[in-house]
Amino acid sequence: MSASAYRKSGAAHALILIALAFISLFLLLPLITVFAQALAKGFDAYRTALVEPDAIAAIKLTLTVAAISVPLNVVFGIAAAWSIAKFDFPGKSVLVTFIDLPFSVSPVVAGLVYVLLFGMQGWLGPWLREYDIQIIFAVPGIVLATVFVTFPFVARELIPLMAEQGRDDEEAALSLGASGFQTFLRVTLPNIRWGLLYGVLLCNARAMGEFGAVSVVSGHLRGLTNTVPLHVEILYNEYNFVAAFAVASLLAMLALLTLVLKSILERRFDYQHGSVGH
Amino acid sequence: MIKLNGISKHFGSFAALNDINLEVRDGEFLALLGPSGSGKTTLLRIIAGLAFPEAGSVSFNGEDVTDLKVADRKVGFVFQHYALFRHMNVLDNVGFGLSVRPRRHRPPKAEIRARARELLDLVQLNGLGDRYPAQLSGGQRQRVALARALAVEPQLLLLDEPFGALDAKVRKELRRWLRQLHEQMKLTSIFVTHDQEEALELADRVVVMNDGVIEQIGTPDEVYMAPGTSFVSGFVGDTNSLPVTVIDGVPQFHDRPIAVDAEGAADGPARLDFRPHDVVLDCDETGAVPMVVTGAYRMGGNWRVEGAVSGLSRVIEIDFATDRVPPKPGQRLAFRVTRARLFPDGKVRP
Repeated sequence: MSASAYRKSGAAHALILIALAFISLFLLLPLITVFAQALAKGFDAYRTALVEPDAIAAIKLTLTVAAISVPLNVVFGIAAAWSIAKFDFPGKSVLVTFIDLPFSVSPVVAGLVYVLLFGMQGWLGPWLREYDIQIIFAVPGIVLATVFVTFPFVARELIPLMAEQGRDDEEAALSLGASGFQTFLRVTLPNIRWGLLYGVLLCNARAMGEFGAVSVVSGHLRGLTNTVPLHVEILYNEYNFVAAFAVASLLAMLALLTLVLKSILERRFDYQHGSVGH
Repeated sequence: MIKLNGISKHFGSFAALNDINLEVRDGEFLALLGPSGSGKTTLLRIIAGLAFPEAGSVSFNGEDVTDLKVADRKVGFVFQHYALFRHMNVLDNVGFGLSVRPRRHRPPKAEIRARARELLDLVQLNGLGDRYPAQLSGGQRQRVALARALAVEPQLLLLDEPFGALDAKVRKELRRWLRQLHEQMKLTSIFVTHDQEEALELADRVVVMNDGVIEQIGTPDEVYMAPGTSFVSGFVGDTNSLPVTVIDGVPQFHDRPIAVDAEGAADGPARLDFRPHDVVLDCDETGAVPMVVTGAYRMGGNWRVEGAVSGLSRVIEIDFATDRVPPKPGQRLAFRVTRARLFPDGKVRP
C-alpha cells in the first residue's frame, strides 16, 4: 500500500497528534524551561553564572575530560572494531560482550568499582598511597569513569560497518603493494570516516554529559573536581536556580548541536552507504 | 613457471585443500573449476599470498615464495566484487599500486596519472578517469579492477570469479574481451570459476577441483571429451548417468546390453555416462534404452528432450535436431548411446 493511502485516514492524524503532544510535553517543554529559567533574571545574571570561577573551572574540566577520553575511545574503538569485524579469534564473542558492558551496567556501579579499586581503602589503595598517586576524588578518576561509560560508542558504530565492508578492500590494497599502515590510512580510514565521526559525536556528547559514574568518583570539590553536570547539581541543591539552569543551558546547547551534526552526518552516511552497493 | 607442491590447508576440521600439486606454464590462461567448497578460491588465495598453506610449497620461476606476503609476490589480484576503493576516482584507483611504492621507487605524480590513463585505454575506459566506482556499471568496475591489478606490472594475474557478479550478456562480452587481452599480453593468468562453460571457453587448460583435491587437469577438449573421473564427467557439461552392471566386458542396463565400447572394463556395477548429443534414436534394435518423454524445450539449435527411464528417478536428457518435430509428452521412444564413459566407482546421483 502506498503512503498516500494513509494520507486522509483519521488514525494517521491521531497518531501524529499523539506523537507531537508527547514530544512537546516530554522533550520540548523541558528544553524551553531550561532556557526560560536560565534567563529568568535577565541576560546579565545568565552571563554572571557562566563566567563565575567555579563555572569556568567546571567547563574547563569537562572539556579536558572529553579531550582525553574521546581520543582514547577512538583508538580503543577502532582497534576493537577492526579485530572483531575483520578477524576470527578465540574469545571474540567474549570481547563483543565486554564492549557492551558499560551499556548494561549502571554508571553508579561503574563509579563504585573504581572507588573499590583505586580508593584509599581499595585494592590498589596502599600501593597508590605509597607513590602518592591520587586517582579517586581527582581528575584521573573522572577520566577513567568517563572512558568506561563512553567505551562502546565508537566500537559499536564501527563493528557492523567494518563487518559489512569485509576484508576485500584491505586485501586489494595489500596485493597492490601497500604496507599495513598505508592500507589503514588510505583505505580503511576513509571507508569508515563517517561512521567514525558519528561515533565520536555520540561519544563526546556522553563524555560531557556523564553524571552518575563521575559523581561517585569526583568528590565534588568545587573548582577542582566538578564537571559541568556536577556543578549544575550543586547549584541546584543550593537553590541557585538561575545559575543552575544557566550552566545547564550549556549542556542543552551541546545536545542541540549534537543533534544537528548527527543529522548532517546521517545524511552523508546514508549517501555513502546507498551509493556503494555492488 | 608457477609450481605448487603438496599444498594442504584445513579450516577447523574441514580439509579445504589436500595435497595439491600443480604446474602453471608461462603465458598460460588456466582455469580452476569446481563447485563451491571445492577449495578453488582457497588455492588461488594461497598462490596470491593472501592465505598460507599448512603444508607444501609455492614457487615462482624456481624461487620459493611460500612465506612471502602478497605485497612481495608481484601478483595482480582481481576480486570477485572488484574491491575498488570507493572514495577514490577511477584514475586514483588504477594508480594506487604505484602511489604506495616506497619513495625511492615511486614515479612522480604526473607519471602515475599518465600510466593510469594508458591502462584505462587498454581496458577501453578512456575518459572515465574522473568517475567514482559507484558511478560505473558492473562490467566497467571489473575493467577498472583489472587495470588496477595490471598497473603494478605483475608477473602473474589472478582472478577470483571474474564474471560472477555480472549479467549474462555483459559476461559473454567481457569474456571474449579478456581472452583477447590475454592473447595480446601473454601474461600468465589463473582464474577461478564455478561455471564450466566459462572455463571451457576461456582457458588454455582447466583444473577441475572437488572436495579439496584436483580431479583432472587438461585442455577444455580433454576435460569435456575424456573426463578422467566420475566427478569430472558429471560436473563438466550435461551428462546422463545409467547404473549398469558389466558382464563379460559388456555393460548391461536392466539386462539390456548397451552397445558401447567398454573394452577392459572389470565386471561388476559401474556408472555409464553419456552426453545428451551422443545418442541416436533407434527403436527396436537390441542395445536401445526405452524412454517416456516428459517434456521438450529449445536449446540453441536443438530440441532438448527430457524423459523418464524406468528404474531411474532422474530424468534423462537427449538432443534432437530442430528440423524434426519435437516429441510430445507421453510419447515412447528408444535411444542408443553412441559414445559413453564407464566409471566402476561412480554412483548414479538419485
